[in-house]
Amino acid sequence: MAAIASPPTPIITANDVHRSYGRGQNRFDALRGVSLEVEEGESLAIVGKSGSGKSTLMHLLALLDEPTVGSVELSGVDARTLRRGALNRARNQTFGFVFQQFFLTPSATVLENVVLPLTIAGVGRRERRRRGLAALEQLELADKAGTRAVNLSGGQKQRVVIARALVNRPRVIFADEPTGNLDSATGAIVEDILFTLNREHGITLIVVTHDDDLAARCDRRIAVRDGLVVGDSVRSAA
Amino acid sequence: MRAVDVIASAVANTFRAKTRTALTVLAIVVGAFTLTITTGLGTGINRYIDDTVASIGADDVMTVTKQAEAATTGGPTEYDPDRTTSSLGGAPGQNLVERMGPDDLDALAAIDGVERVSPVHPVSADFVRVGDGTAYEATVGSFIPGMRLQLAAGAQPDADSAQPQVAIPVSYVEPLGFDDADAAIGATATIGVTDADGLQTTVDATIVAVAEDSFGAGGSSLTPNDALDDALVAAQSVGLTEAQRGAFTQATVWFDADATEAEVDALQQRLDEAGYTGTTVADQLGTFTAIIDGIVLVLNAFAVIALLAASFGIVNTLLMSVQDRTREIGLMKAMGMPSGRVFGLFSTEATTIGFLGSAIGAGAGMLVGTGVSRALAGGLFADLPGFTLIAFDPVSIATIILVVMAVAFLAGTIPAARAARQDPIESLRYE
Repeated sequence: MAAIASPPTPIITANDVHRSYGRGQNRFDALRGVSLEVEEGESLAIVGKSGSGKSTLMHLLALLDEPTVGSVELSGVDARTLRRGALNRARNQTFGFVFQQFFLTPSATVLENVVLPLTIAGVGRRERRRRGLAALEQLELADKAGTRAVNLSGGQKQRVVIARALVNRPRVIFADEPTGNLDSATGAIVEDILFTLNREHGITLIVVTHDDDLAARCDRRIAVRDGLVVGDSVRSAA
Repeated sequence: MRAVDVIASAVANTFRAKTRTALTVLAIVVGAFTLTITTGLGTGINRYIDDTVASIGADDVMTVTKQAEAATTGGPTEYDPDRTTSSLGGAPGQNLVERMGPDDLDALAAIDGVERVSPVHPVSADFVRVGDGTAYEATVGSFIPGMRLQLAAGAQPDADSAQPQVAIPVSYVEPLGFDDADAAIGATATIGVTDADGLQTTVDATIVAVAEDSFGAGGSSLTPNDALDDALVAAQSVGLTEAQRGAFTQATVWFDADATEAEVDALQQRLDEAGYTGTTVADQLGTFTAIIDGIVLVLNAFAVIALLAASFGIVNTLLMSVQDRTREIGLMKAMGMPSGRVFGLFSTEATTIGFLGSAIGAGAGMLVGTGVSRALAGGLFADLPGFTLIAFDPVSIATIILVVMAVAFLAGTIPAARAARQDPIESLRYE
């Protein structure tokens, strides 16, 4: 990694975050004090076994959840100081999400699924279509724009999900087990797409996975166990 | 999310589960259909009554009679040779009214709220005929300015005209020798009356109108204008003494046409204190209208119960929909959809279902209602021309649709609130 003269503000910072569920006897501490800085443009893998707290950490970083103790900053701004509207805008415009289970609306067309973040943002119909088609073009799915999502293969679905994550030109893409439901060949293609976006468009990539091969392709790898970060390794420059 | 996108996706979501939506819509259709029919029934009957009220008398007049003292006391009344009473219908001894004279006119005119008073001299005609044709027995009604006959032909009699004019009932057209109602207009009718001395004289009048049968005036009696009425009264009063000529049993009192119901009541109260009884047309028909309104209200209540049941259908349908789309809602919220918009999405969906149901129900109700009243107009109600059993006015149809949409919206708030409250993380984890 090249040395940087004055380090820019990390895009996401977690300061000693704790997250507990339940009370008293039933209290369960999913995270027990995690501090983390995500630099703009890096690719980060969060690895750990199921129940380790890696998904909880991702939800906190994506501002979908609030830490019980500690704070999460987005570009140096404490998320707790953001109003609900600003928080919604930040999620809508800064983040893109790729989920293992796709979460596509089966009866809607591919294009309608892809432009959902733009629809939520209140972008006009024509602009939505233009940007939606551009995102599909990028993932070589333009010919499927009018197809219903239910009629796609798994690999196509995950590419549609990536197009949806891309369409609002996010700065960060969160991918939760993006290849978990795909065969290895298709999974590799999806991985390639994600890393290309990271390299060529400078989109920060945060991948939650238990797949070591996928984690190995990331710039940085964070291992989570029992609610604590147990390892933070930077991939040696190839 | 723009409002137009909220509506578009709500409409699209409505049709996603077609069977479920169709059944819910059907339940609302039943309610809206019933409400449309029952409201139409009320509209039709009341509209006919309103039309008929106009043909019985104007809104700003009252029929006044003088209360006979005996009518209010028990026991037999002492005979007074100076006082003559006449019975206006009912059993003898009931509804006794006292004859009135010029003094009563002055007394009535002095009562606050009375704008004008005029005596009513009942005319009893012997016959009516045209030219040398057959003479038929006839009764003569009265025509008050502002009153409107339901006409088959011609124009309303002109109260201000010096020319004697008469409106004849449609049932007299053929017997009097006319081919149809239009042919009668402009012809001269001869009305025969008997005077106090027992001599028969005739008065000629121009037929200006042919009146439809109705349960109001004009059904079987001739309706004269003022000029003809005066002429008939003059003809039958020949041979009466001056005092007898001035006597009458009924008077017509005019009051402010803009008077409120309370003001009319107050006027009736004052008349009562002065010893007179005032009856408006509304009083005469009031009970009837009240009964119709009561029946319609009960029928509407049934329709509302049907709608209430349907609204639980909406709650159920949308709760299932929220359940089905848990992950979709979670995703939208994760992507920054505000809770308010999620609420809006689902309540719009409920309103869409309500609109569909009410529009289809009201449309079907109007079709069936129009068909039924058309069939009845030619059959059961053939004797009541102008009577539409089930009538629709745009305002009440629009009101029904809006009310049903409002009910649907209210029903939708429960599932919509549940959707809006959903936690995105929980929703996305939901399997």
